[in-house]
Amino acid sequence: MGRTLAQKIWDSHVVHRADGEPDLLYIDLHLIHEVTSAQAFDGLRLAGRGVRRPDLTVATEDHNVPTLGVSGPGLPLTGPGSPVTDPVSRVQVETLRKNCAEFGIRLFPMGDAGQGIVHVISPQQGLTQPGMTIVCGDSHTSTHGALGALAFGIGTYEVEHVLATQTLPQQPPAQMAVNVTGDLPYGVTAKDLILAVIAKIGTGGGVGHVIEYRGEALRNLSMAGRLTVCNMSIEAGARAGLIAPDDTTFSYLEGRPHAPRGAGWEAALDYWRSLPTDADAPFDREVTLDAAALTPFVTWGTNPGQAAPLTSSVPDPDTMDDAGDRATALRALTYMDLTPGTPLTDIQVNTVFVGSCTNGRLEDLRAAADVLRGKKVADGVRMLVVPGSMDVKAAAEREGLDEVFTAAGAQWRSAGCSMCLGMNPDTMAPGERSASTSNRNFEGRQGKGSRTHLVSPQVAAATAVTGRLTAPADL
Amino acid sequence: MEPFTTHTGRAIPLRRSNVDTDQIIPAEYLKRVSRIGFADGLFAAWRADPGFILNQPVADGATVLVAGPDFGIGSSREHAVWALSDYGFRAVISARFGDIFRNNATKAGLLPVPVSPQFAESLQDALEVTPDTEVTVDLVAREVRVAAPGGPVELSAPFDIDDYTRWRLMEGLDDISLTLRYADEITSFEEDRPHWLPTADAVA
Repeated sequence: MGRTLAQKIWDSHVVHRADGEPDLLYIDLHLIHEVTSAQAFDGLRLAGRGVRRPDLTVATEDHNVPTLGVSGPGLPLTGPGSPVTDPVSRVQVETLRKNCAEFGIRLFPMGDAGQGIVHVISPQQGLTQPGMTIVCGDSHTSTHGALGALAFGIGTYEVEHVLATQTLPQQPPAQMAVNVTGDLPYGVTAKDLILAVIAKIGTGGGVGHVIEYRGEALRNLSMAGRLTVCNMSIEAGARAGLIAPDDTTFSYLEGRPHAPRGAGWEAALDYWRSLPTDADAPFDREVTLDAAALTPFVTWGTNPGQAAPLTSSVPDPDTMDDAGDRATALRALTYMDLTPGTPLTDIQVNTVFVGSCTNGRLEDLRAAADVLRGKKVADGVRMLVVPGSMDVKAAAEREGLDEVFTAAGAQWRSAGCSMCLGMNPDTMAPGERSASTSNRNFEGRQGKGSRTHLVSPQVAAATAVTGRLTAPADL
Repeated sequence: MEPFTTHTGRAIPLRRSNVDTDQIIPAEYLKRVSRIGFADGLFAAWRADPGFILNQPVADGATVLVAGPDFGIGSSREHAVWALSDYGFRAVISARFGDIFRNNATKAGLLPVPVSPQFAESLQDALEVTPDTEVTVDLVAREVRVAAPGGPVELSAPFDIDDYTRWRLMEGLDDISLTLRYADEITSFEEDRPHWLPTADAVA
């Protein structure tokens, strides 16, 4: 019987297998950041253990660092020249720096040319490759599946486990196929596609499963689009999301700093071409979606599954069949201060955020800039554009995208997680409402009392111009 | 890790589904570098509402949380588990858990107890009528039992947990020590890894 892409990667990474035990999987790459690693390093020290493979471990500062005042590398963390004003954040960043120095781990600090959001820098550097196992103490590690890697988020205890052993005990996941037939219409993006998938299967629809995204629409997506799709697998509850490697993957990787070269490249290609799911491989569950029927999608509620086409209206909980869905929707509408039947395009926002590990890559910034070029951000709207990495920032500036954004009245920042989550200076005030290209519209996600509508970069830019949720086609 | 065999305590109902880890502990509390003291951040935003269940006298001393389906979705933050444990919870009962949360909980000695949606609702109903109801989470028998203090069992349900995780929790073993038994196998696996795989070392 054939095997899926995920099963092939799994099988080739089993270090130890025995009845009644989880498989012990080897981890090819461990990404770490300041928020979920400190307690893991403490655990190592308490047990007198070291880091087994510092050469397979990469660290960056992304979650709590500011995106203003970071002019370049080498900025002090303390004193008047430091952009980090919150003393608790400073201790966390300092702790990561000390831990990386003590255990010999390569770190990309705030302001460094290689710094950025962990899930943006690793593919960009060619560290993420097909067939690898990749983990990080961050649920959006599923992003790396876009290149055909098996990548998943882990907790801090597991971070400590990987630091100590370079392995993880794991129960095999179930296999789920999301088949996307047809091609995305003009103006409909990878973000709209994944929001539609989550709306269809629900926030728990992928629990216990690895999702493989398949079909023409995925084959035609760029690497940036694939990264966006796989990024949000966790919002459907899936342990990981993958797309089979193909020529798009190989041409994306070739020549990147950490990609194999010469004979190594040829050997790697042979291996990568053996990875796609066999024709007779069974899936435990299959879901099919017609890409051609999709339109721009936005969220109206407080979880990413509460999403609908932008052309529709705020749903009426009373019309929902399931009592649980009804209660959740009622609660969400109260929090979001929305009335059933209101056209989604009538919803006014005062904040627009373009960035995050979901939509902070160069292609995302280009898409937003294309909509915004020659236009102005509406009065009363604050727009932040935050590149996913310092490399993306530099590339965007070479193309003059920063000038498009600043001419329109948007703020151009340096790299970080920024307004995706309320743990750095980029937050919203209670009652503020955003159109955000990030991944979570949970209550208070962007700051206590904040209200979030998840959108694509194109919709975010069009929304900034009108001050209400807007598709670029309607400008 | 403290062994977990069976636990009996008072439970409180949390009648919400899709409780994401951002609600269990908001990001502003994640800047700390210790594992302790997270109880004050537990459900911080919801606790601002005086009517919230954790603000009721019944929550004092409760050790079991009975939540709606899809508990612990979203962010991987293990702080969510630390906050629940630090507050005094030993077990969470729900129809379904986020995978990462469930994993984190079993590594830190907080038992995730998956039951049917109907049983979770019946239990929540019972707790609202009789707040001093005692809930026993029996890991040995893989069973939840509900009774008035000193009274006979009124409700019970089995729950699933894999043999290995159950054994590890009952013995209070930590995974790293278990894995290090296979250190030689890890070394020999490493010797066979393809040479072209990337390392973090700086490249020219």
